[in-house]
Amino acid sequence: MTEAKPDALVIAGRTFRSRLMVGTGKFPSSQALMETLTACDAEIVTVALRRVDLSKPTTDSIMRAIDRERHLLLPNTSGARNADEAVRLARMARAAGLEPWVKLEITPEPRYLIPDPIETLRATERLVAEGFIVLPYMQADPLLAKRLEEAGAATVMPLGAPIGSNRGIKTREMILIIIEQSNIPVVIDAGLGAPSHVAEAMEMGADAVLMNTALADARDHRGMGEAVALAIRAGRLAYLSGLGPVRELAAASSPLTGFLS
Amino acid sequence: MTVRSIKELIESWPAERIIEAFDAVTEERVLVAIGNEQRDVYDLVALLSPKAWPHLERIAMRSQAGTRRYFGRTIGQYAPIYLSNLCAADCIYCGFAAQSGNTERRKTLSMDELEVECKALTSQGLQSLLIVTGEAPKKVDVHRIAEAVRVARRHFPSVSVEIYALDDAGYEVLVEAGVEGVTLYMETYHRPTYQQVHLLGEKTVYDYRLDALTRAGRAGVRRLNLGALLGLYDWRAEVVWAALHAKALQKTCWQSAVSLSFPRLRHTPERFEIPSPVDDRSFVQLMLALRLFLPEVGFNLSTREPPALRDRLIPLGITMMSAGSSTRPGGYASTGEETLQQFALEDTRSPAEVAQAVRRAGYEPVWKDFDEAFHSS
Repeated sequence: MTEAKPDALVIAGRTFRSRLMVGTGKFPSSQALMETLTACDAEIVTVALRRVDLSKPTTDSIMRAIDRERHLLLPNTSGARNADEAVRLARMARAAGLEPWVKLEITPEPRYLIPDPIETLRATERLVAEGFIVLPYMQADPLLAKRLEEAGAATVMPLGAPIGSNRGIKTREMILIIIEQSNIPVVIDAGLGAPSHVAEAMEMGADAVLMNTALADARDHRGMGEAVALAIRAGRLAYLSGLGPVRELAAASSPLTGFLS
Repeated sequence: MTVRSIKELIESWPAERIIEAFDAVTEERVLVAIGNEQRDVYDLVALLSPKAWPHLERIAMRSQAGTRRYFGRTIGQYAPIYLSNLCAADCIYCGFAAQSGNTERRKTLSMDELEVECKALTSQGLQSLLIVTGEAPKKVDVHRIAEAVRVARRHFPSVSVEIYALDDAGYEVLVEAGVEGVTLYMETYHRPTYQQVHLLGEKTVYDYRLDALTRAGRAGVRRLNLGALLGLYDWRAEVVWAALHAKALQKTCWQSAVSLSFPRLRHTPERFEIPSPVDDRSFVQLMLALRLFLPEVGFNLSTREPPALRDRLIPLGITMMSAGSSTRPGGYASTGEETLQQFALEDTRSPAEVAQAVRRAGYEPVWKDFDEAFHSS
């Protein structure tokens, strides 16, 4: 065994063994979701409040796949177009007996679901003041990340690429700055479409990732769940072990500065 | 592209230009359209062309993969309630038409009757409702419809309407009442045909109807659902125009989700023969072509289509299906009144049976996809 060991993730004082969060919206069945959750060993599972019927946890197809003993059920405000709607959804979830954690998603534009920076910051301030633990989905904007951190967010969740695009980490440069500057966990959310993207996020030093589409759309849910769990472990170990530097240029055979010696 | 009115956009693609574009399609061009990451109108034309027939399977695979990636393996479930079949328009293809010879059996539900209908649907698990009326703005005015929306919201998290075209103030009244979506079909985008088949009432004004969904979006309606009534005019041209309309709405009403329906004329009143019938192969082709052109647009499929075809379309690009529908007022908990229905249904299965078919196809039926918390009132 290597010296470096995958370490725990701590969010708002709570410790998690797994660095994977799973979105639940796109699975073909309750069974497929359960198989994925078991195979990938995720502890944080997010559900869209607009999709679930919190009053019927035993018949709702998403709710019944989630084992509340093993998983933190993280409600999200998907579909909210502004801070008011998001705050109402969060309050409703807490009133229904969920823990006061909320994944804040404010996407006034329904096509690419790009998060609204202004409303997200406003909602974060209000929800933090009401005692919520807030995990905001955000554009990969380093300055916004700092503003959300100052507003009391528990993590920041910058997007790698538009939701559901499976395109990988297209915002890499900005995410590297966010990771470098952040005092709270950075979770790469959206756009990760393959285990290799997940491994890349972890190698970059992200604290966690969130995945839905690639897991939900797999032919073999167990297999993909396990593959993603392995990718997280591989990427995190590589990060902790210290990756070798990437050479920017090939070494020239006749050095340009050779005349100096 | 700079902002143009929908009218200008449609007029920039007259039938002759579309025919020219179709004539220029080669099989090679079809392959380019399939492979492209971003697709333009010429790609859409290629995919709709007979030259695409040998490649339909590849197009279907793209359509399936794209739909699953964006929407997941889920199918939304909804049903309509016909609030009223009163109609002052005369659309010669429609069972509700004022001149269809059916002066009897007209009815508008009272709010009590509406409640009974709502309960009949929710008892079957439905949580998304579409309220439908005929074209009777005087007898069933927007305030009556808004009242119906308020009543229905006690039972359904999501309530949409399919009614006559309104002005800005009318849509604002509906948004205030808590409407999530508006469905409004242009019927035909071909102006001369439009004038030939719409003979009476406000609906005869083509331009007013064409801009209706833009007004709805401006008023804050979250879902805008459009379509052409397939069969009235050449389907390839109608699909191009509907696609242009959808694209324009995505830009102008950027806070609203745009979706498409594919109402196909199958059974019409005796006095009307379908001018351009659409066969199953063409129906599938147009749906697949639209999916490749509009990857983030929801596709609705109604019970106008027969079960065997509906079930096969589930994995090809559909995202919403109605189930257990009735197209007459009081059709779910009827007191025995045989009110006039708008059109005959092909898929008469219950919501539970449709949900079972969805699961058999490897998809999860989604009943709830909206929440009371989105409403400020």
